[in-house]
Amino acid sequence: MVQDLLLPILKHEQKKSGYISEAAIKRISIQTGIPVSRIFGVATFYSMFHTKPQGKNMIEVCHGPSCHLNGSFNVLKSLYKSLKIKPGETTKDKKFSLHTCSCIGCCDKGPAMLLNGKQYTLLDETKLKAIIKKCRS
Amino acid sequence: MQITLDKRQIKVEEGKTILDICKERGIEIPTLCIFEGLKPEARCRLCLVELNGKLVTSCSTYPHEGCEVVTDSPLIKKHRMINAELLMADHIATCNMDPNSHDLCKIIEKIGLTRIRFDPIHKYKQDLSESVIRDDNKCINCGKCIRACGEIMDVHAIDFINRGHNEKVSPYSEHKLHDVACIKCGQCVHACPVGAIYEREHLYEVVQALKDKKKHVIVQTAPSVRVALGEEFGMPQGSIVTGKMVAALRKMGFDKVFDTNFGADLTIMEEGTEFLKRVKNGGPFPMITTCCPAWIKFMEHFEHKLFPNMSTCKSPHEMLGNLAKSYYADKVGLNKKDIVVVSIMPCTAKKFESTRPELKSDVDYVLTTRELAKLIRTYKIDMTKLKDEKFDDPLGESTGAALIFGATGGVMEAALRTAYELGTGKTLKDVDFMAARGTDGIKTGSVDLDGKTIKFAVASGGANIRKLLKEKDKYHFIEMMACPSGCIGGGGQPWPTNKAVIKKRMEAIYAGDKGFKLRKSHENPSIKKLYKEFLGEPGSERAHKLLHTHYHKRDRF
Repeated sequence: MVQDLLLPILKHEQKKSGYISEAAIKRISIQTGIPVSRIFGVATFYSMFHTKPQGKNMIEVCHGPSCHLNGSFNVLKSLYKSLKIKPGETTKDKKFSLHTCSCIGCCDKGPAMLLNGKQYTLLDETKLKAIIKKCRS
Repeated sequence: MQITLDKRQIKVEEGKTILDICKERGIEIPTLCIFEGLKPEARCRLCLVELNGKLVTSCSTYPHEGCEVVTDSPLIKKHRMINAELLMADHIATCNMDPNSHDLCKIIEKIGLTRIRFDPIHKYKQDLSESVIRDDNKCINCGKCIRACGEIMDVHAIDFINRGHNEKVSPYSEHKLHDVACIKCGQCVHACPVGAIYEREHLYEVVQALKDKKKHVIVQTAPSVRVALGEEFGMPQGSIVTGKMVAALRKMGFDKVFDTNFGADLTIMEEGTEFLKRVKNGGPFPMITTCCPAWIKFMEHFEHKLFPNMSTCKSPHEMLGNLAKSYYADKVGLNKKDIVVVSIMPCTAKKFESTRPELKSDVDYVLTTRELAKLIRTYKIDMTKLKDEKFDDPLGESTGAALIFGATGGVMEAALRTAYELGTGKTLKDVDFMAARGTDGIKTGSVDLDGKTIKFAVASGGANIRKLLKEKDKYHFIEMMACPSGCIGGGGQPWPTNKAVIKKRMEAIYAGDKGFKLRKSHENPSIKKLYKEFLGEPGSERAHKLLHTHYHKRDRF
C-alpha cells in the first residue's frame, strides 16, 4: 500500500531538506496519489517532521513531569534570553530552532535537553550559555 | 444471537452494532459523529452504553452471545454529561445555543446540561470564501466534514492537522478554502453536526436591493427548491410548494418572479442540439453536461483532459439571468444596469459560479433554500397560509422535463426526450426513462436514435464521478452531479438532508413531472416564442454569444 510508505517518504524528505516544504508535499502527492491535505496532516501530527525551515542547530527541551519539576521552564527562559525565540520558532540567522519534546529518559538528571540529538543534562544558565557559545563559534 | 437489552431477552442478527439494534427498537441514544453509509469512527463519545458493566461506544461495538447491554444508568448519564460538557467547551465560543439549529445543542438540551465549566482553549479566525464559511470556534473535531469531503466527494480539500489539543480541521498548509481545490459543493455543510460550516449569506445585499426603488429586482427559483422549502416551515417532507413560494416572493417585494425551469428547458434545447450536432459529426464523445457548478469546478481542478468533451452551455440560472437582462429588458424597456437578478438555489457552488468573471454579469446574488426560508421568516410571512400563485411571463413557463433537473438523472432524461424527438422526427411513446432514475450513484442505459445506439450514463457524488470517468469512453452522453442524488441533496437544502429525506424529495419531483401536460422541453410555447422573437434557432450565433460559456484550467491542489 502506498499509504504505508508515506512515513518513510516524509522521513527521507525531512533528512534531505531539513523540513517538508509545500512544494515537497505537492510532489509527494503527485507521485503517490495521496491527497495533499492528508500528507500535511501526517507531517504536522508527528513532532519529528517540520513544515517550516529549521535552524542549523536543533534544540529540544524536555518538558516531561520530572524535568518540569526540576525547572525546565527556567531553561526555556534563559534560552529566550540568549536566542530571543520561543518554542516552535527559529532565530533570524537560521542558526537555532527551539522545540519542546516529551521525556527523553534523563529523569534522574533533569532538566535535560537534546542539541542535535545529543543529550545535555543538569542544565543551568551558565551551562546553557557555554553550550550556545560553543555552537555559535 | 441472544442478548439482554435493558433487562429484556432479545434475539438479534449478527453484524449489527449496538446502536443499530437500539435504533430498530426505538431506544434513543444521542450521537453526533455517526455518518450514514460509512464506517463508525467513535469520536464524539456520546453514544455510551454499558456492555457487561463496562462503558463502550455503542456505534462501534458489536454485541456477543449472551452479553448484557444497559442503555440508561447513572454511570452512563454521568460520563455522557462530562463528554458533552467537554465538547461544548470547544463549541460554545460563537454558538447562539439554539437547539433547533444543530444536533449538538439539541442533544445538550435533551440530556439536560445547563452549566459548562470549561473555557475554549483556542481562538480561531473564520475561513471566509465566496460560498462556504468555516468557523473553527464552533468545531468539535468530529471529522464528519472530512469524511464527506474525502469519502463521499473524493475531493480531500480538508483534513485534520496538528495533534492533541492543537488538532483542527484545515486545508493543507493552513491555506484558506478558496485557495485550494475545494469544489464548494457544500456536502460538509450537511455533514457538520454543530453548524461550524455554513454558506456565505447574501441576505443583506438582497434586502438592500429590494428597498432600492430604482432597482428592478427579479428572482428565479430552481426546480429542487420547491420540493424542499416546505420542510423549513413544518410541512411534511416531499411537499411541493411552488405556488406558495411564488406568493411569498411576490409579497416580499420582488418585481418579477421567474422560473429557473424556463432556463432548464432552454438548456435542454441548446444541449440537445449540441448533442445532435456531435452525433452528426461523430464526436467528440462522450458529451458531458454542465449544469452543476461544483462538477465544473471539479473538472477544472482535476480533469483537464475533459475540456473538449464538456458541453459549452451555461447552467440554467445563468441562462435565465442573461435573458432577463437582455430579452426581458428589451421587451419592457428597462436599462440592464437597473436590473438585479437573484437566484434561489439548492446549492453553495452556485454562489461561487455567480462570481466567475465570465458569468458575473448574469446573476447578481444567489440565495440558498435555507437563506430563502430565513428571508421569509424575517418578513414575517406565514408560508402555510398563502394562496398559490403563478410565475410571471415571459420567463416563467416550463415543462415537466425542466422540473426533473432537480434529481440525479433528470438532465439526462430531459435531454433524451428532446434529442430523440428532434433527432428522429418521431414522437416518443414513453417519456419515462426509468434507467436514469433512482438514488443509485451510477446509472447507465441506452437509447435507439434512428438506428444508432446512444449509450448514456449518470453519476452523482464525487466518488462516483471519479469511478465513472475511468470508463467514460464507453458512453456517448454523460450527466454529472456533484452532490449525492443531485440538487435535491444539494449543500444549500434545509437541514436535515439524509437519504430518507432525499428519497421523499425525489418522489415529489417525479410526481410533479407526471402532473405536467407538457413534458418535453421543445414543446414549451414560451421557448418557441423566445427562439422566434430573439434567438433565431438553437445553436445560433446569438444563442452562442448569450447562452454558452468557456472553462479555465485550475491548479489541482
